[in-house]
Amino acid sequence: MLARFMSQAPTIDVDYVANLARLDLTAEEKARFAAQLGDILAYFEKLNAVDVTGVEPTAHAFPVFNVLDEDVERSGFTVAEALRNAPAVRDNQIVVPKVVEDA
Amino acid sequence: MSAPLHQLTLAELGRRLAAREVSSAEVTGAFLERTRAVEPKVRAFLHRDEADALAQARASDERRARGEARGPLEGVPIGIKDVIAVKDQPLTCASRMLEKFISPYDATVTERLRAAGAVLWGRLNMDEFAMGSSTENSAFQKTANPWDLTRIPGGSSGGSAAAVAAGMAPAALGSDTGGSIRQPAALCGIVGLKPTYGMVSRYGLVAFASSLDQIGPMTRTVGDAALLLHAIAGHDPRDSTSLKQPVPDYAAAVAAPVRPWRLGVPREFFGEGLDPEVRAAIEAAIKYYESRGCLVRDVSLPHTDLALPVYYIIATAEASSNLARYDGVRYTHRSVRAADHVDLYFKSRAEGFGPEVKRRIILGTYVLSSGYYDAYYLRAQKVRTLIRGDFEAAFKDVDAVLTPTTPTAAFKHGEKADDPLAMYLSDVYTLSLNLAGLPGMSLPCGFTRAGLPIGMQLIGRPFAEADLLALAGLFESGHDFHTRHAPLS
Repeated sequence: MLARFMSQAPTIDVDYVANLARLDLTAEEKARFAAQLGDILAYFEKLNAVDVTGVEPTAHAFPVFNVLDEDVERSGFTVAEALRNAPAVRDNQIVVPKVVEDA
Repeated sequence: MSAPLHQLTLAELGRRLAAREVSSAEVTGAFLERTRAVEPKVRAFLHRDEADALAQARASDERRARGEARGPLEGVPIGIKDVIAVKDQPLTCASRMLEKFISPYDATVTERLRAAGAVLWGRLNMDEFAMGSSTENSAFQKTANPWDLTRIPGGSSGGSAAAVAAGMAPAALGSDTGGSIRQPAALCGIVGLKPTYGMVSRYGLVAFASSLDQIGPMTRTVGDAALLLHAIAGHDPRDSTSLKQPVPDYAAAVAAPVRPWRLGVPREFFGEGLDPEVRAAIEAAIKYYESRGCLVRDVSLPHTDLALPVYYIIATAEASSNLARYDGVRYTHRSVRAADHVDLYFKSRAEGFGPEVKRRIILGTYVLSSGYYDAYYLRAQKVRTLIRGDFEAAFKDVDAVLTPTTPTAAFKHGEKADDPLAMYLSDVYTLSLNLAGLPGMSLPCGFTRAGLPIGMQLIGRPFAEADLLALAGLFESGHDFHTRHAPLS
């Protein structure tokens, strides 16, 4: 089944994916990316030529599991340090657009 | 006539400082002065804090006067790629998204350089969020290759490579996800080393692709790479992927007696696209190693041509996830045009990210999206296993693998800017070892007839940085490529 849709010329629904990525694109960017990413996806088709039956995936070259830390108190950022780069601050809090609807 | 201070190596500067022939204030001042002279042509720095560098230099001189010098890096300036956190300095990643960001903390490598007494000097240009091979993706400026100002310095650590090649810093830190230390090092005629994954802490390195990123040294000589690597390597509890490996005496490895090394040459790296002048330089290097008693044999890395698609699937997938944090809410650029809180994400990201970053976010989001995950991401992870297996098989018969670092010498500004796939192909020799987690380094091995540097790459077993440094040192001891200086007036 995978082979069937991968063997067709790959296309990418840029509108759909840009929405998933929470990224506004201009019409010009959408057209350009669709063409460029089509070329790149066609290049990725090479991967279908290789037999990966029974091959385990690699997520990390040298995986480390269950890294535990001593439970000791450490100092963190002060409020001023933590808010230093915030785009809008009031009363030691980051200001954001209203999230709840008006009643 | 003795060479000016800005042409000296890290090791030589360290010796002169230790002998009190020169002060850190004088050394640092010499690099600041050199930078003022040539930076208008090279444009390697995104930010320079001369007062801060000189204050660090004076503090170093005071430590030495008190008998508290901290080692071979005491008082020498080190440039820092603008993706590594230095407290109270900008950390822009060459992105509008972080244009006003000031780092609230030091990366682990930064802390270690401070502990070694080094002077942290400047914020070096790069491709935005380390995505690129020419430093043309910087949102702020293009950096020139000091050997030919019409050409790119490589990337993504192009500012680091150009600064070292131009004598504006004796050494710099870069980061390497698919070649971003080794490729610019090769194109600028310097030494660059990507350590084994997990050997250097990533704490305070802004994440691009977390399973591939490593910080490493960029220097003029092999011995300097050993000194700088020694200062930054080793386990760090603040990076959960950091490994508990011993840190050997790398400088001793460079100076160790010659061994009859077994070197492998993978025929897959010598196919279509390899420039004849680069090929000739690599073949000459092979002959040199044979003349020094090394055994050179062919090895096969049969999945080499799959490394590029695997890399661009895995790296963009990880990037699309890592870059989700830049949302306009807490510490990034925030759009003033947003209609509501969701629109704030869309518009802040649209305004903050440049074209290559957007392209990779779209690609990475696509390969992870429902219905495509198995076909792209999972399949790429399986082929990644095969690529690792190729290297494991090769290292049964050889101690290290020798290849070109790049298919060609530095290309012109704009030459590949509109063709992302052609740009991606400039990393074709470097990215397979990031996938396998292996250490690799690039060192100068010649010049084209046009006077552009050529680099060769040495690839080692996991944790075999000392072997690579020994082999590189053996090559360097028989050549003078590393002693030449870019023809900047």
